[in-house]
Amino acid sequence: MEMAFVVPVIAMASAALIWAIGKRFPRRGAEIGVGAMVAVLLGSLLVFFDTIRHIGADPDFHGFERAVTWMNFGPDSTLELGFHVDGLTAVLMVVVGFVALMVHLYAASYMKGDVRVTHFFATLSLFTASMLNLVLANNMLQMLLGWEGMGICSYLLIGHWWEKHENSSAAIKAFLTTRVGDVGFMFGIFVLFWAARSFNVAQINEMAAAGDIARGTLTVAAVLLFCGAIGKSAQFPLHTWLPDAMAGPTPVSALIHAATMVVAGVYLVARMFPVFDNASDIALDEVAIIGSITMVIAALLALVQQDLKRVLAYSTISQLAYMIGGLGVGAYTASVFHIWTHAWFKALLFLGAGSVIHAVHSNNMTDMGGLFKKMPITSITFIIGGLALAAFPPFAGFWSKDELVTGAYEAATHGSTAGMITFIAMMLTAFLTACYVARMLALTFFGAPKYDEKHVHPHESPRLMTYPLIALAVLAVAGGWVGIPGDLNQFGTWVHYGEEHAAFNPMIAIASTGLALAGFAVGWAIFRLGRVKVDLQRTALAPFYRLLLNKYYLDEIYFRGIVRPVRDGLSRAAYWVNQHVLDGVVNAAGIVAVKSGTFAYRDVDQGLIDGLVNNLARFAGLAGDKLKFWQTGNMQRYAAAMFLGVATLVGAFAFFRF
Amino acid sequence: MNLVDEWGITLAVFLPLLGALVIALTPKGMEGVQKLLALVSSGAALVVGLMVTFAFNHGEGGLQFETSVPWIPAIDANYHVGIDGISLPLIVLSLLVTFLCVIYAYWHIPEPGNAKAFFALILLLETGMNGSFIALDLVLFFVFWELVLVPMYFLIGIWGGENRQYAAIKFFLYTLFGSIFMLLGFLALYFQSDPHTFDMIRLQQAGVLNLPVGLANLIFAGMALGFAVKVPMWPFHTWLPDAHTQAPTIGSVLLAAVLLKMGTYGFMRIAIPILPGPAQTFAPVIAILAAIAIVYGALCCLAQTNLKRMIAFSSVGHMGFVMLGIATLTPEGFNAAVFGMIAHGVVTGMLFFLAGSIKERYHTYEMPELAGMGLRIPRMAGLLAFCAIASLGLPGLAGLWGEVMALLASYRPLEGLDTTVFRTAMVIGGIGTVLTAGYFLWMLQRVNMGTPRDDGHHGRLADVERLEAAAWIPLLALILILGLYPRLIMDTTTSSVTRLTETVAGERQAQVAQVADH
Amino acid sequence: MPLNWILVLTTFLFCVGVYGVLARRNAVIVLMSVELMLNAVNLNFIAFNGVVGDDRLIGQVFALFVIAIAAAELGVGLAIVLLIYRNSFTVSLDEVNLLKW
Repeated sequence: MEMAFVVPVIAMASAALIWAIGKRFPRRGAEIGVGAMVAVLLGSLLVFFDTIRHIGADPDFHGFERAVTWMNFGPDSTLELGFHVDGLTAVLMVVVGFVALMVHLYAASYMKGDVRVTHFFATLSLFTASMLNLVLANNMLQMLLGWEGMGICSYLLIGHWWEKHENSSAAIKAFLTTRVGDVGFMFGIFVLFWAARSFNVAQINEMAAAGDIARGTLTVAAVLLFCGAIGKSAQFPLHTWLPDAMAGPTPVSALIHAATMVVAGVYLVARMFPVFDNASDIALDEVAIIGSITMVIAALLALVQQDLKRVLAYSTISQLAYMIGGLGVGAYTASVFHIWTHAWFKALLFLGAGSVIHAVHSNNMTDMGGLFKKMPITSITFIIGGLALAAFPPFAGFWSKDELVTGAYEAATHGSTAGMITFIAMMLTAFLTACYVARMLALTFFGAPKYDEKHVHPHESPRLMTYPLIALAVLAVAGGWVGIPGDLNQFGTWVHYGEEHAAFNPMIAIASTGLALAGFAVGWAIFRLGRVKVDLQRTALAPFYRLLLNKYYLDEIYFRGIVRPVRDGLSRAAYWVNQHVLDGVVNAAGIVAVKSGTFAYRDVDQGLIDGLVNNLARFAGLAGDKLKFWQTGNMQRYAAAMFLGVATLVGAFAFFRF
Repeated sequence: MNLVDEWGITLAVFLPLLGALVIALTPKGMEGVQKLLALVSSGAALVVGLMVTFAFNHGEGGLQFETSVPWIPAIDANYHVGIDGISLPLIVLSLLVTFLCVIYAYWHIPEPGNAKAFFALILLLETGMNGSFIALDLVLFFVFWELVLVPMYFLIGIWGGENRQYAAIKFFLYTLFGSIFMLLGFLALYFQSDPHTFDMIRLQQAGVLNLPVGLANLIFAGMALGFAVKVPMWPFHTWLPDAHTQAPTIGSVLLAAVLLKMGTYGFMRIAIPILPGPAQTFAPVIAILAAIAIVYGALCCLAQTNLKRMIAFSSVGHMGFVMLGIATLTPEGFNAAVFGMIAHGVVTGMLFFLAGSIKERYHTYEMPELAGMGLRIPRMAGLLAFCAIASLGLPGLAGLWGEVMALLASYRPLEGLDTTVFRTAMVIGGIGTVLTAGYFLWMLQRVNMGTPRDDGHHGRLADVERLEAAAWIPLLALILILGLYPRLIMDTTTSSVTRLTETVAGERQAQVAQVADH
Repeated sequence: MPLNWILVLTTFLFCVGVYGVLARRNAVIVLMSVELMLNAVNLNFIAFNGVVGDDRLIGQVFALFVIAIAAAELGVGLAIVLLIYRNSFTVSLDEVNLLKW
C-alpha cells in the first residue's frame, strides 16, 4: 500500500514508452499497453487486498496517506503531490485496473491495422494514468489534474478518427461541456482551499465533519463541486455530450464513457461526502433531484434510439444518475457499490456492442437482428450484461440497485421530499431500464436478420475480443455477490460513510424486481413478439415521441442558444468592436495626427510662413525684372546720373547745412 | 565567482550588444561569420545567465548581484542593477528564447534577407530586454525600455508581412505614447522625492516620498498606462494583433515571449512597490480590465480565420490572467503572475514558431487552407496540438498553474480589497477558460483535422526539420517540466513576492493607523 | 592772385570736362575730358594748399598722386578703347553698350 503511487506511474510510463518506441513493435505499441495494464491490475489488486487486510485488522482504518511538497506558491500556501489509499480508493483502483486491462486486450484486436494505433494506445494508457491519479490523489488540485487529464484524453480518443468532421466536433463538444462543469469544480476547490487553507482531502473532510468550516461555505463549495460532477458524469443539463462521444472507437466508449471516467463525478461526490453531508440540506437535495431528473429522462431517451451505442450511452447516463441520486439520499455505500457493479456490466455491454458492430459494420440496430446463432459468445455475454443492467437477481446490478432503492426509501420514510422524489424516480427508471434492455436485446440478437445478407457475413469475433467479454460476464454475474445483504456483505466494510448499509428490505426488492420484470415483459412483447403494434407517430403520444427523438431539443437549445451566438455572434461582435471601436480609436488618433500634420505642413508651414519668404523673393525678382531696363549700357547716362546724384547731394548738403 | 557576483548580470546584458557591434563591423557578405557571431554572443550570454542562476540564492527574497556605479551624477542617476526572484526567471527566459531564435533564424532569415542587420538587431533587442529586467534605476530602466522599441520596429518594418509598415509604426507609436506617461510619472517621482532620486530602492523607503493621495494616484495612473500598453491590457491591446501578424516569426516569438512581460514586470518592480497605496486603489480596476481581457481575447480568437492572428489574440487573454494575479496583490497572485509570464512566454513563443514554420510550408496563415495538416505533416500537427493544449491550461503542462493560481488568488485578494469585484473577475475568468478551450480546440479541428484541400499546389511538404527541432526541443521540454515540476519557478519567486506583498500590506496598515489617529 | 579767380578757372575747366564726358560720342575725347576734370581738381589742390599755408605741401603731393593715377587710368582706358575698336571698329560710345542688362 505504501507503493500505491507506482500504479499510475506505470500507466504513465507506458504512455511515454508507446509514444517513444511503440511504432517499432509488430502491433505498434499495443504490447506495451497490455503489459503495463497487467502490471497496473496486479498493483491495484495488491493495494486492494492490503487495504482489506488493514480494514479487517482495524475497523477505524481511515486510509494511508503519503505526500511530498509539490510546491509552495505562497508563504502559507502549499500544494502537495501525494496519494491516499482507503477502501473507496482501493475499490476504484480495481475497477479501473481491470476494465483498463480488458479494454486494452480487446482493443489490441479491435484496433489492429488502424492508422494511428500507436497514438491510440498511448492515449489509452495516459487516460488510465489520469484516472488512477484522480482516484489516488490526496489533495483536490491533484484530483483536478487527473480530472482534466482524463478530459483531454477523452477528447483525443473521441476524435480518434478526426478525418471526419462529426467525430472531431463530438470531441470538442465533450471537452467543452465537461469543461463548463470543471470550472465549477475548480471554484469549489478554491472555496474549500481558502476555508481550510489546504487542498488536502482528508483535512478538508475532517474540518467539515468537525464543523470548522462554516455551513454556508460548505454549501457553496458543495454546489460548485457538484457542477463538476454534473459535467463529468453527464448529468442533466450537461449530459448531451455523452451520446455524441460514442463517435470514438468502441473500446474507448467502454473504458472512458461507461466504466471509469464518467464515474469520476460520482467518485468526487463520494470522496468529498463530508462536505456535502455537513452543508445545509440544499446541497444533497440538489444532488438527489438532479439525479432523479437525469435517470428518468435518460432512460426515456434510451427507449427511442436506433444506434446501439447510443442506447448504451443513455443507459450509462441513467445509471450514473442512480449513483448520484443514491448519494443525494445518503446511500453512500450503495452508490459506490453501484459504481463497482455498473463498471463490469457496462464495460461488457460496450465491448459486446463493439463486437456486434465489428461484425455487421453498422451501429444501427435496424441493421442487426438474428445474430444469436452467428455470434454465440458475444450474444450470451451481452445478454448477461443486459440482464445485469435490468437488475434481475442474481446478476450484479440487482444487488447494488436494490441497495440504492432501499436507501431512497428510507430517506423518504424519514420525511425527506427529495428522498421521496428519488425513490419514485428510481422505481420508474427500473421499469424503463428493463424495457429498453428488452428492446435492445430483441432488436439486436433475435428476430429476422435486417442486415444485407449478401454482403455482410457476421461471425464471432477473435479470441482476443471474446475473452475479455467472458471475463467481464463472469464479474457481471458474480461481481455483486460481495455485497449480498447480511453476514456475507463484504463491500460495506470496505467502503462506508458513518453507519454501514441500509438493512435489506424484501418488500422493496420484490417491488423493484417486479417492476423490472414488467418492463422487460412490455419491451419484449412490443419489440420481439410484436404482440402490440403501435405506431407512436400516430397516437396521442406523438408530440412526446418527437420530443424524445429530438433529445428534448437540448442540443438545439445549446447550439442555437449558446454555441452559435458565442462562436458566430458574440465573437464577431467582439472582434468588430475591437477592429472598429478600440482599434478605431487608435487609428483615428493616427489619422487625426496625420491629417493635422498635413494641415500644419501644407497650409500653415508651406502656405503661410514659407509663403511669406517666397513672396518676398518673388517681389524682388519681379522688381528687378522691371527695373533692369534702366541699365541701358550707355556709360554716359550712368555718368550723368552720377553727376545728378552728386549735384543733388551737394544741393541738399547746402540746403540743410548738416 | 566574484566576477559573476558583481558583473554577471551586466555581462549577460551587454554581451549581446558587444556581439551586435562586432557584427556591425563585419563586411556585408560574410553571412556565415555573422550567424556564428550571433550564436556565440547570445549563447555566451545564456551561459552567463545560467551561472548567475546557479549562484543565485533561491530562498532569499531580497536583491542579489547588486551593483551600483555613478552614471549621471547631476541628476543622481546611477548604473544600479540587481535581481531578485521575480526578475531572475524573466532574464533566463529572455536569454533562452533569444538564443533559440538565433538558432531558428540560422536558416530562416525572412525576406529580404540581410543577415548582418537582422542578427545585429536581434542582439540589440536582447540587450534592451535583459536590461529592463535588471535595472534598479528609473532612468536606466527607461533607457532600456526605449532601446527595445527601435530594433523591434525595424524587425517588423523590414522583415514583416504585407502590411508591415503600418504595424511597425503602430507598435512604435503606441508604445511610445504609453511610455511618455510613464516617463512623466518617473519625473514626478524624482521631483517629489527628498532627496531627489531615481533609485527604485530608495524610492521605496519610508519617508523618501511624501505625496498627497491625489498626486500619488495620478503618478500611478501614468505609469500604469505606460506598462498597460506594453502588457497589453484591454483596451490598450490593439497594436498587438497587428504587430504579431505582420512581424517575422522571430519578431513574434520575442514579442510574445519577452517584450510583453516588460509591462507586467514594470507593475511588479516599479508601480506597486513604490506606490503601494494607489496600487490598492487601482487593483479592482485592473482586475476588472483583466477579466474583460480574458473573455474578450477569447471571443476575438473565435472570430479569427488567420492562425497567427488568433495566437496573437490569445496573448491578450493570457496576459489578462497574469494581470488578474498581479491585481490581487497577494503572494499567491504574484506567483501566479510570474509563473503565467514564463509559461506564456514558453508556450506562446512556441506557438509562434510553429505558425512561422507552417507559413513557410503552406505560404498562408488561413486556417481553411491548412485543413488536414495532421495527414500531411503529422509531427508538426502533433506539436501544434501539444502547444495548443498546453496553452489552454491542461494539467501536467506549463499553462495550467498560472491560470489556476491567478483564479485561486482572486477568490481571496489582499485584505482590504473588495472581494466582490475580485470574485466577479474570477467567475468571468472561469468562463474565459472555457472559451479559451473552445477556440483552441476549434482551431485544432480546422487546422489539424479533416482532410487536406486537394489543390495539388503544395506537393510534398517537409515535416519538422532538424534545425527547427533543435530550436524547439528546449521549449517543448520546458512546457512539460514547468507543468510537472512547478517548483522550478515557485521556489525562486515565493520569497520575493512575499516581500512585495509585505510592502503593500505594510502601507495598508500605515494608512489604517493614520485613519485611526484622526 | 586771388583765390576766387583760380576757383572760377577750375570750375570752368571742370564744367568743360563734365560736358565732354556727358555729351561727346568719341571715347577718346571722353577720356580727355576726364583728364580735364582731374586737372581742374589738381589746380584746386594746389591753390588751396597755398591759401592754407601748409608747410608739408600736402596739396601738391596729392596733385602728384592724382597725376600718376590719371596716367594709369588713361593707359587702361585707352587700352580698353583700343580693344573695343579692334572688336567692333568703332569708338562711338552710343554703339558700345556692353554693360547693358
